[in-house]
Amino acid sequence: MLGAAATLLMLTACAGAQAQAAPQQRFVVVLDAAHGGDDSGGRLTNGQMEKTVTLALSVRLRSMLNARGITVVTTREADAAMEADRRAGIANHSKAGACLSLHATESGGGVHLFTSSLAPAQAVRFAAWKTAQAGYVTRSLALAGVLNSALAGAAMKVTLGRTALAGVDSMACPAVAVEMAPERGADGKITAEPTDADYQARVVATLASALLAWRANPQQDAAQTGARQP
Amino acid sequence: MIPRYQKILFFVLLALALGMGGLLWHLRQRAHERLLAGEDSAPTQAPAVAPTEQATLEVANDMDGSLVSEVQALPLPADPGQRARLIVGRLLDLYAQADAMHPVTGGAPGVAQVFLMPAPDAKDGSDPNAQMAVVNLTAAFASSHPSGLESEMLTVSSICATLHANLPHVTEVRFLVNGEQRANLAGHVDLTRTYLTTDSPATTGGSTQ
Repeated sequence: MLGAAATLLMLTACAGAQAQAAPQQRFVVVLDAAHGGDDSGGRLTNGQMEKTVTLALSVRLRSMLNARGITVVTTREADAAMEADRRAGIANHSKAGACLSLHATESGGGVHLFTSSLAPAQAVRFAAWKTAQAGYVTRSLALAGVLNSALAGAAMKVTLGRTALAGVDSMACPAVAVEMAPERGADGKITAEPTDADYQARVVATLASALLAWRANPQQDAAQTGARQP
Repeated sequence: MIPRYQKILFFVLLALALGMGGLLWHLRQRAHERLLAGEDSAPTQAPAVAPTEQATLEVANDMDGSLVSEVQALPLPADPGQRARLIVGRLLDLYAQADAMHPVTGGAPGVAQVFLMPAPDAKDGSDPNAQMAVVNLTAAFASSHPSGLESEMLTVSSICATLHANLPHVTEVRFLVNGEQRANLAGHVDLTRTYLTTDSPATTGGSTQ
């Protein structure tokens, strides 16, 4: 009788300890390599397709983040076609602290950071699919700010903007579309193309350090809490 | 055995159905011809007799993602829809120039029509005359547009801002390609949504020509 009571007390104590340890949230980053399969995206230099460069960026960034202990979920790991809704679905199931949609272009210069142009709204548990990002716009802007600081600190030209992108507008996480454009000198001439491996490595390393900084950002934590308890 | 009156009724109804089908087909053909005639009569260039007016073009710059105001003197027709089409066409002509800061081929023929209608989303009642502009682009323009988030967004933003600058009642803009809704412009920017002219990026600087 006494032994059974002691066992029950121990079980209760263990359950209490587990309940206290539970709040530690894992930080997940979703990397969405844009395009794929039949959808080649834009044509870059040397005949390379945007879909190839975005996949290369995704693989590099995933490796770098994994090495730093960050859980990464990618929307594609091969040259496969994928609907925008499926990409958003993967991101939304991951309860991510940051979602990056990766793009590449031949126009403009530096790195373009785009957040959704949806009007900010209160995050709710059951959001409309096409405007799910509205509840996260404020945090997406904060994430873009962190990425902007890191890229500017690495002497890269950054252009910030708002856009309407089908996949990103449906993501229920702080989401930024990162578009890698050619690096240009002061005279406007191209010094490195998005297809250049060294340039990609520099951009990816800067994005990885920015995401580490974002992990410690209180707004990131609010994003995860918001996803659980709107 | 089918009664005689039912047979008569059947043939009368059959004749009516065929007649109505024929009438529907005839009306459809007439509507189609009217649409084609409308396309043909729409001016591709401003008539020289129209008075010259100042038009503000919000010109995109790929290098910094900004819009720069440029005032031009253009002969503009009185009809608001034709004015809008002409002004947007002039904007696209600038993008087709060799030294354009936002290079896009196609020029003025890239915009087929601009329709103006009362804005359906004007909820607050601040502007009872608020209008929606429906910009019908050609498939040739869309398919030749450079693919890229920034490039596509700047084209959309500059068209929206230019329309608002010259027709202040235009608060919303929708885009069609060859008269149909299209998922995106050139692989990125969503064309299925309604754009608010207030969403356009900030305009920097300006020049007059």
